[in-house]
Amino acid sequence: MGYEAVIGVETHVEVATRSKMFCGCPNGFGAEPNTHICPVCLGLPGALPVPNVRAIEATVSLGLALGAEIAPRSVFHRKNYFYADLPKNYQISQFDLPLCRGGHLDVETETGVRRVGLTRVHLEEDTGKSTHLGESGRIRAAEAVLLDFNRSGVPLMEVVSEPDLRSPEEARAYAAELRALIVALGISEARLEEGQMRFDANVSVRPEGSMALGTKVEIKNMNSLRSLQRALAFEVERQTPLLEAGREVEQETRHWDEAAGVTRAGRSKEESSDYRYFPEPDLVPVTLEAALLERLRSALPELPAARRARYRALGLEPDAARLISEGEGYGDLLDAAVAAGAEARAAALWLSGEVTAHLRRVGMSLASTPLTGAHLAELDALVAAGRLSATAAKEVLAGVLAGEGAPEEVAARRDLIQISDEGVLAAAVAEVLAAHPDELARLRAGEQRLVGFLVGKVMQTTGGKADPRRVSEAIRRAAQ
Amino acid sequence: MPVPIDIAKVARLARLALTSEEMERYGAQLGAILEHAASLQALDIEGVPPTAHPLPMLNALRPDEVEETLDREEVLGQAPDREGPYFRVPPFMEEA
Repeated sequence: MGYEAVIGVETHVEVATRSKMFCGCPNGFGAEPNTHICPVCLGLPGALPVPNVRAIEATVSLGLALGAEIAPRSVFHRKNYFYADLPKNYQISQFDLPLCRGGHLDVETETGVRRVGLTRVHLEEDTGKSTHLGESGRIRAAEAVLLDFNRSGVPLMEVVSEPDLRSPEEARAYAAELRALIVALGISEARLEEGQMRFDANVSVRPEGSMALGTKVEIKNMNSLRSLQRALAFEVERQTPLLEAGREVEQETRHWDEAAGVTRAGRSKEESSDYRYFPEPDLVPVTLEAALLERLRSALPELPAARRARYRALGLEPDAARLISEGEGYGDLLDAAVAAGAEARAAALWLSGEVTAHLRRVGMSLASTPLTGAHLAELDALVAAGRLSATAAKEVLAGVLAGEGAPEEVAARRDLIQISDEGVLAAAVAEVLAAHPDELARLRAGEQRLVGFLVGKVMQTTGGKADPRRVSEAIRRAAQ
Repeated sequence: MPVPIDIAKVARLARLALTSEEMERYGAQLGAILEHAASLQALDIEGVPPTAHPLPMLNALRPDEVEETLDREEVLGQAPDREGPYFRVPPFMEEA
């Protein structure tokens, strides 16, 4: 009998606001430790939180993009637990009145598009960052803990999916699609390596075709799409033999150990009621006016799925359409190039090829290069007019990326422009034919391979600046 | 009528180590508080919407603007222990 996994994913995303969720401290990664701190995010007595309107709007925007129901009235709650990186001893979160409820995300999987239901999207605050001193890979062996509260109080969005995913691969595809959506909406850059997006997952296993749910295990601490998939695969592998042997899976929380590639049982069995949620007395409810919703709805940008579909309609392959849609700044640059007259596929090819390789080499973002859509259109026009060879075009593109100027200028300076003047080309061909009367005679007698020889001679005399295809045509005409 | 309380659980959630004598005493006190609060159950609240806050206020929000932060040395100088730019605290377990 086969088994299938039933998976739900909880995604935490730091919202890219200028200031924190409940205070005016800067929200930014990489600052000196404990420099973004104030009485509110240190939990000092008497400090009062005030919610950041931009974080609320960002959360509502995501809800609108997901087709969620936006709460007409939403409330923040206190979630009580003791943990040194949570200086107030409670986290301000949301409980029964989250900003968004329901909605769905369509995810492309190997078996087609799967519609993944969403339970809710709510807003809370991030914790500080703790570093365990003297750890031997195990938190329990730490001698002391160092705390940096720069992250304490950073707005954190939590997106909870329904248990609609059926494999670790699908869970990963869901997380990737959600990430693309969040980036497209400008909610967060969602840089996984900086912890801006993190995953927990619920997973159970059941006999294929069964409608009943197995005992679910929660896994925490996945910080990349890859570790989400690996942790889930490990859990499915762990749970399946237990069921096959007729044993029970214990309901528990397990932690993903990235280095060891295993999940480990956690210690506590805290339940929702143990967090003693109650309405945050320092905050008043939030109501969302219809006019605000309308403004946010009309400000929604083109969503990733629509953008991919548009690029496919322009002739891009599915992979290229995804890369261009999701690469930072790629889509906008391609759109600008097409608007300036470039052929979409050619421009996409340069973006996914030379441009991507260049960015990787120099470690820069597309926005920090001088490349514009007009440049790509100009380059495309030069190639289409036969003035640049495909190889020379790549060299010109490298020059543009290096800041040498517009394509035409770079090509001229690097002496890469092909001979486009028919007269000049004809003269070069005539000259070579006159110098090789024997070869011309043999070609006329039917020795076709001599075309290549003669083209090579013309390329030599023109310093490689003739278009070989046109030279070849001219030679064939002359031989008739 | 006394309201039963699992005082050992309440103490564990609050991370308090109570002696059995303290458990008995606090248990009785908390029970009395709950009993007092339970008198609210007698009220007829038919048609009264649930409230999250006693103030008739909504949407006390702030624009997304950066304000001044505290001086790190001043703050760390008041902490019981520090190490370089960090607060230093005793080791604690992962939440789970």
